[in-house]
Amino acid sequence: MKVIKAPLSREDILELKMGEEVLVEGSIYTARDAAHKRIAEAIRTGQDLPFDPNGQIIYYVGPCPAPPGRVIGSAGPTTSGRMDAYAPLLIKRGLRVMIGKGSRDEAVIEAMQKYGALYLAAVGGAGAYLARKIVAAEIVAYPELGPEAILKLEVKDFPCIVAIDAQGNNIYAR
Amino acid sequence: MRQINVEQIKKAVESAVIEANTNLPEDVRAALQTALTKETSASGSRCLQIILENAQIAEQDKMALCQDTGMVVAHIELGQEVHLVGGEIENAVNQGIRDGYRRGYLRKSVVSDPFTRINTGDNTPAVIHIHMMAGEGLRIVLLPKGAGSENMGQLAMLKPSAGMEGVKEFILKVVREAEGNPCPPIIVGVGVGGNMEKAALLAKHALLREVGRPNAQPDLAALEEEMLQKVNDLRIGVQGLGGDTTALAVNIETYPTHIACLPVAVNLGCHSTRRITVDL
Repeated sequence: MKVIKAPLSREDILELKMGEEVLVEGSIYTARDAAHKRIAEAIRTGQDLPFDPNGQIIYYVGPCPAPPGRVIGSAGPTTSGRMDAYAPLLIKRGLRVMIGKGSRDEAVIEAMQKYGALYLAAVGGAGAYLARKIVAAEIVAYPELGPEAILKLEVKDFPCIVAIDAQGNNIYAR
Repeated sequence: MRQINVEQIKKAVESAVIEANTNLPEDVRAALQTALTKETSASGSRCLQIILENAQIAEQDKMALCQDTGMVVAHIELGQEVHLVGGEIENAVNQGIRDGYRRGYLRKSVVSDPFTRINTGDNTPAVIHIHMMAGEGLRIVLLPKGAGSENMGQLAMLKPSAGMEGVKEFILKVVREAEGNPCPPIIVGVGVGGNMEKAALLAKHALLREVGRPNAQPDLAALEEEMLQKVNDLRIGVQGLGGDTTALAVNIETYPTHIACLPVAVNLGCHSTRRITVDL
């Protein structure tokens, strides 16, 4: 099974095909609704982003707080469609891989094809199972957002399926 | 007359919300297991395996099944002979949730206002429905409901002329439009009749029924079975990736309605629809 690890170039992801099972390893950033709104605002007003998305992986998740002795609480994917309004902006900035669940809209798929990006689906609702694949977690930005803060996670053997590839093939379109 | 101090309610709710979030209900687990034996698609089988493994891990590690520990819906059946003391019942329920979500390291997913959207920090308030009944009983059913499934529900005020066919079409429309977003395999809760809010309440209440237990009314039971088949024929599949299993059950509840109304509400539950009953 192919391993996906950031930083990734456009060439790195072009060969990955819709329906392929992959394992994600290494660093990924978390962000969902509120963080994306702030990032979009930063882009619009020309401010620094909390992290450079170029070549990186974003996981759409709002995890549970870490119980004592654990790195993170339950951490499965949230519905990606809610981030569709923001994703093209980040893809234009070099965001290479998005992890979430459910389909994406046309604007996102077009941006993925234009700039070279991949969309992976993780199993929705498998929060405890996926938490075991997360070996480290630290806050990067927006701690006041609680579960919606931007985290940097280290993952190992994090299973995903290629839902939409860089050619625009969409597993949800049938 | 029976006296209950709301402190008891608070304590019971605190433990119950933790258990509801970490232990998958047995009827749902059994239905997922059965689905796995029948599923012919590779992606469907793989996802069902992971979902079932997730339930084991959640129970073992005492972690939430899903990171979306939801906004709690509480259905309370309160006996008329019960005299509550020590405070207000809704405050007790909310305090129990506050304590349970803190002690159980569950996610705080409630904002105080739909426009300003500041997190309340404690997963309260819950949405609380209280129903009076005869006797001295006090039953609380808690349903931590995540947004993935909740956002995919819909309601329509159909014309009576749309008839049963109209209702069937609406159910399929809602499920089709939801695609993979509610985390199939889903439980489809349907409320038909009443008025706008009653239909919605019926649909949510329908999710509380044990998976595999049909409606007590034979004609509705037949309709439920027919709709389960039709929903699965959409072949949306586990996680929307295609396959045999789109829904574990379709539960339909009805209520008398106005001569000019045919309200129908569809509320979806995910593959790990979490509910727990506390009897005091």
